[in-house]
Amino acid sequence: MTAISQTLKSRKRRRMSAIARQDRVGLFYVAPFFVHFVLFGAIPIVFTTALAFFNADFQTYYEFITNHQLSVLTNAFAGLDNFRELFKDSYFWLALRNTFSIWLISTVPQLIIAFGLASLLANARLRASTFWRTALMIPNITSVLAVAIVFQQLFGRDFGIFNVLLHYVGHKPIEWVAGTIPSHFAIATMINWRWLGYNSLIFLAAILAIPKELYESAALDGASRWQTVRYVTIPQMKNTITFMLVMGTIGGLGLFVEPLTYGGGFDGGANSQFLTMTLYLYKQAFMNQRLGYGAAIGVGITLVVMIISAINFMITRSIAGEESK
Amino acid sequence: MTATLEQMETTTQQSASPKPRRRSISKRVSPFTYVALTLMTFISVFPFYWMYVVASNGSEEISKIPPSLTPGGNFPNVVNTITQAVPFWHAILNTAIVSTVIALCNVFFSTLAGFALAKLRVPGKRGMLLFIIGTMMLPAQLGVIFMYMVMSWLNWINDFKALVVPAIVGAFGVFWMRQIIDSQLPNELLEAARIDGASVFRIYRSIVVPTVLPAAFVLGLFSFLGTWNDYLWPSLVLNDPERFTVQVAITQLNNSYTVDYAANMGAALLGTTPLLLLFIFVGRRLVAGVMEGAVKG
Repeated sequence: MTAISQTLKSRKRRRMSAIARQDRVGLFYVAPFFVHFVLFGAIPIVFTTALAFFNADFQTYYEFITNHQLSVLTNAFAGLDNFRELFKDSYFWLALRNTFSIWLISTVPQLIIAFGLASLLANARLRASTFWRTALMIPNITSVLAVAIVFQQLFGRDFGIFNVLLHYVGHKPIEWVAGTIPSHFAIATMINWRWLGYNSLIFLAAILAIPKELYESAALDGASRWQTVRYVTIPQMKNTITFMLVMGTIGGLGLFVEPLTYGGGFDGGANSQFLTMTLYLYKQAFMNQRLGYGAAIGVGITLVVMIISAINFMITRSIAGEESK
Repeated sequence: MTATLEQMETTTQQSASPKPRRRSISKRVSPFTYVALTLMTFISVFPFYWMYVVASNGSEEISKIPPSLTPGGNFPNVVNTITQAVPFWHAILNTAIVSTVIALCNVFFSTLAGFALAKLRVPGKRGMLLFIIGTMMLPAQLGVIFMYMVMSWLNWINDFKALVVPAIVGAFGVFWMRQIIDSQLPNELLEAARIDGASVFRIYRSIVVPTVLPAAFVLGLFSFLGTWNDYLWPSLVLNDPERFTVQVAITQLNNSYTVDYAANMGAALLGTTPLLLLFIFVGRRLVAGVMEGAVKG
């Protein structure tokens, strides 16, 4: 009896190890990603970070590559100069404030409205729900550039629709470009328009995935509508909300094409009123050919992303804190 | 979710006779819901209409109060202006080719890696998966300066290789396909194939690919849209008009001191129209894909 089960076991083990051996070919299946990541992800990031310790333009590096003269590099070495300059650079801090302001105006209302829309769409008795869902997705397939072009016109000072409407209700025109907060609002509107529907669909999927029993037992316990949302829906959607916040932060801090198009250049408006961090990076690196300084800005952006991601993580953990009870 | 989809379909098909539902949470749909959704649909569609209104009226018609809200007859002239300023049709062709190649590469490498990470006994795959998720959190702009330098050293400026090679596989695609294969491919099917002695690649080709084809198609679409709409990187590595992608071509109309709204909007619309046409056919699939991915993410 035991002998038979022994042989069965060992035969099974042998079969398993044969599978494991066969499956090692899987390493070749994942290899393309990792090789590609090293070449086009890790190496550029490491070397761009290294560039932050030098002060040189493209030509200088090109000379180094062609002539292999190390003196070119040692002459360009700048130590921490770029970071010191960055720390004192009022434009960088302005860009940081602008980026945050736009990010806040776009994220907070967007997530709230998306959640509301998702709740409406989640109703199983809704007619033509495929149509509504698909309609919400249309803005997301449009390029950021096209979006920026349309909204630049819609927010035009003299003949844009928004100011024309204000004109008819007897309000004086708003400086959608020259004003700081109005320009942030205009850029946030572009982001909201493009992402609202997409985020609604993500929320909708998360809502539909919540087990119905939870709602039934909440109803049995006599929970109010708000209590149901607070203690059932939101904790159940913890992962979705975290994912959205993290991705939204990375996208928001990388904000670039909208302000570039809206202001028609790398300055972010006449008074840099909507200069963003990434726009500033490109201005320094590619317009002013200050590669080292641009790289230092990139390092600054990464630090900000890491800090915000940590805060996001803590917030969502505390929001979902009641889940375990 | 499948249940909802089925319900959704029965609702659209036989909306005259709604079946009674035992779902306790589905409430009556208030008229407010339809008003809100109609408003959202209007907001979603209006900018496209407005692109056409501005482009077909010309900048003068639009620069007055009240501006005209209906299309004019000037669209052919605007198209003419655009195509004379920049080889726009060429740009559309370029973009279609580059986007298709990138989409196909992405689908191939992502399904392959996703299969290995979801179903094969690969040493260290848990760590690999975490690593892949981690790389998604790196800000894309971080390495761009050095990447540009590499492209110019390789002489890839104005070469489509500069667009294609850095984009042939990405963390998002691999992660997405892993989640899909993990949840959609039954282990029994895999076991049966193994007992029949199928090789791993044979399993990939004859079982994995057919099973996850719809999801892979959505990934390809996302990749296609992403490449079509990318502006930043192509604008850095392309400066020969013959090589422009659509987005780069659109911005070329902006180099004068006065903003020609009509030409800009016309170009934005022309550059978006292929995607809108595509969307008519694949919109539903895209929506389903976004939602499938969301539950797992």
